[in-house]
Amino acid sequence: MTRFVMPFERPLADLESKLAELKLLDVHDYPELIDEIASLEIEVDKLRATLYAALSPWERVQVARHPDRPKTQEYVSTLFTDVVELHGDRLYGDDEAMLTAFGTLGSRRCLVLGHRKGTNTKENIRRNFGSPHPEGFRKAHRALALADKFGLPVVSLLDTAGAYPGIEAEERGQAWAIAANLAALSTVRAPVVVVGIGEGGSGGALAIGFGDRLIMLENAYYSVISPEACASILFKDSSRAPETASCLAMTAADLMRLGIADQIIPEPTGGAHRDPASVMAAVGEAVGTALDELCVRDIDDVVQARYERLAAIGVYAEGE
Amino acid sequence: MPIHDWFKAREARKYTLSSGGSIGDLPDGVWVKCPACKRTLYQGDLDSSNHVCPHCAHHFDIGASIRIQLLVDSGSFEETEQVLASADPLKFSAVKPYTESLERARARSGLAEAVVTGRATIGGYPVVLGVMDFRFIGASMGSAVGEKIARAFRLAAQERRAVVLVVASGGARMQEGVLSLMQMAKTSAEAQRLAIAGLPYVSVLTNPTMGGVTASFAVLADVILAEPEALVGFAGPRVIEQTIRQSPPKGFQTAESLLEHGMVDAVVARAELPATIASVLGYLGARCAKGGDDR
Repeated sequence: MTRFVMPFERPLADLESKLAELKLLDVHDYPELIDEIASLEIEVDKLRATLYAALSPWERVQVARHPDRPKTQEYVSTLFTDVVELHGDRLYGDDEAMLTAFGTLGSRRCLVLGHRKGTNTKENIRRNFGSPHPEGFRKAHRALALADKFGLPVVSLLDTAGAYPGIEAEERGQAWAIAANLAALSTVRAPVVVVGIGEGGSGGALAIGFGDRLIMLENAYYSVISPEACASILFKDSSRAPETASCLAMTAADLMRLGIADQIIPEPTGGAHRDPASVMAAVGEAVGTALDELCVRDIDDVVQARYERLAAIGVYAEGE
Repeated sequence: MPIHDWFKAREARKYTLSSGGSIGDLPDGVWVKCPACKRTLYQGDLDSSNHVCPHCAHHFDIGASIRIQLLVDSGSFEETEQVLASADPLKFSAVKPYTESLERARARSGLAEAVVTGRATIGGYPVVLGVMDFRFIGASMGSAVGEKIARAFRLAAQERRAVVLVVASGGARMQEGVLSLMQMAKTSAEAQRLAIAGLPYVSVLTNPTMGGVTASFAVLADVILAEPEALVGFAGPRVIEQTIRQSPPKGFQTAESLLEHGMVDAVVARAELPATIASVLGYLGARCAKGGDDR
């Protein structure tokens, strides 16, 4: 199977394909190859171990964007049963870049939100590559109102490069739609568990992206701005994104350090796309545990704690 | 977040001075050129006309201290949280260290941070006022701006005052990374709490208001006013241009086009702002501490 090779994986991929080629040869014809293959295998293992041992922030961004990475739709159909998708914002349209649905995790009925990327070009065009217009955020807003009214715990899956920057999105109030969600999320009377499964692009991610727990996959990112945009502002050169990625405190580990995330779910060597089933199962378990903890608490306490947690975020100086 | 767009636009809009010197320290008697109608104006005339061009009504960008002076009842402003200022939590240094940008912004604006907050009265109504100053790193929102805005909302709730925020911003401050992003949620949560307390919040969107500031507390007001021709939006024009590979239409993201699309309540000339805000507070201030007229 050919798979998408990320730039930093290239040396490993080359070695792997060489190894595969050698293995196709009949070793009876070339007995000297047995040693060759064995040593190459050791080399490949070594390289794989060092390559993925400590990914740089920019490499993690590439993993987070990997086309084969499990996406919102797969999580929903794998982890949830009795799924009822909810369509439309009742104002303008149905934005397929945002998924809103009822779903049952284990035995717990939930409201599920998530940015929805496609798995192929056709899907991606319909879903605008996971970048919502205002109606996507307003669909989520409407769903949050249901969660609030009926006390349904909210599970939100983040995977977007950002809110769509287009003329119509602006004219229909992209900023207004995002802000309304931030206000609603801050007081929704239901537990909110957020999982960063891939890209956490700025305001478009935040619009369904905070709550009572933030769980991050190891290679997911959450950032105020894309590293490319940051590089094009600072250096007038978007190809310097690897540098800005390291400055923006956007990795799961950064978010833990800053007290914004609560938990990191490790990914298999190479990234979540190497073993989607195990990653999705781990997410299901983490979300289930978080909901178990939150759902037994008084909802007023949960909402108050959510506010206090938000209010405490920030590092500033206060006189001498 | 396209701060650079706004710096660029700002370059183009800069006062043209007949003598050298920076905008901040214009001596009396200097001539300035209106960037809109290109007429040459006497600085003294501009000062007495709310920094609005007397010929074409172009609204010049103004800093926090002039704004406060133009808006509040004379002598009523009492600054709060004066010493709260940005730190450098990420030790951010790309191109130049963040600490250097902060120092330069402080020197240039004479302010400790990109937003000035305080108690004041407008038309006799007690308010907590916040004014953002674009000269300070594009009035971008980092932890300190977020915290000052949050405290302004809390102070208003405590003292049962209205909140009036005069907004200008390039967006979230990227030098504080994800901490800046989270200030959007934090300030929005405070606006929401003030709303639940039944206290009024009026925002005035001025040139330019973009990115994460627009998409959070700025547009969560009960009544949203905008100054004429102010550029207001989420994504900057250049980002949009790059995305759709065509130029946005004329007048795109201006206050007037926002009014047309139903996104703001009114476009109000600078000279009318104090009276308009006072009128609005008259209608919304039932739960506020006493002030203004007793209709």
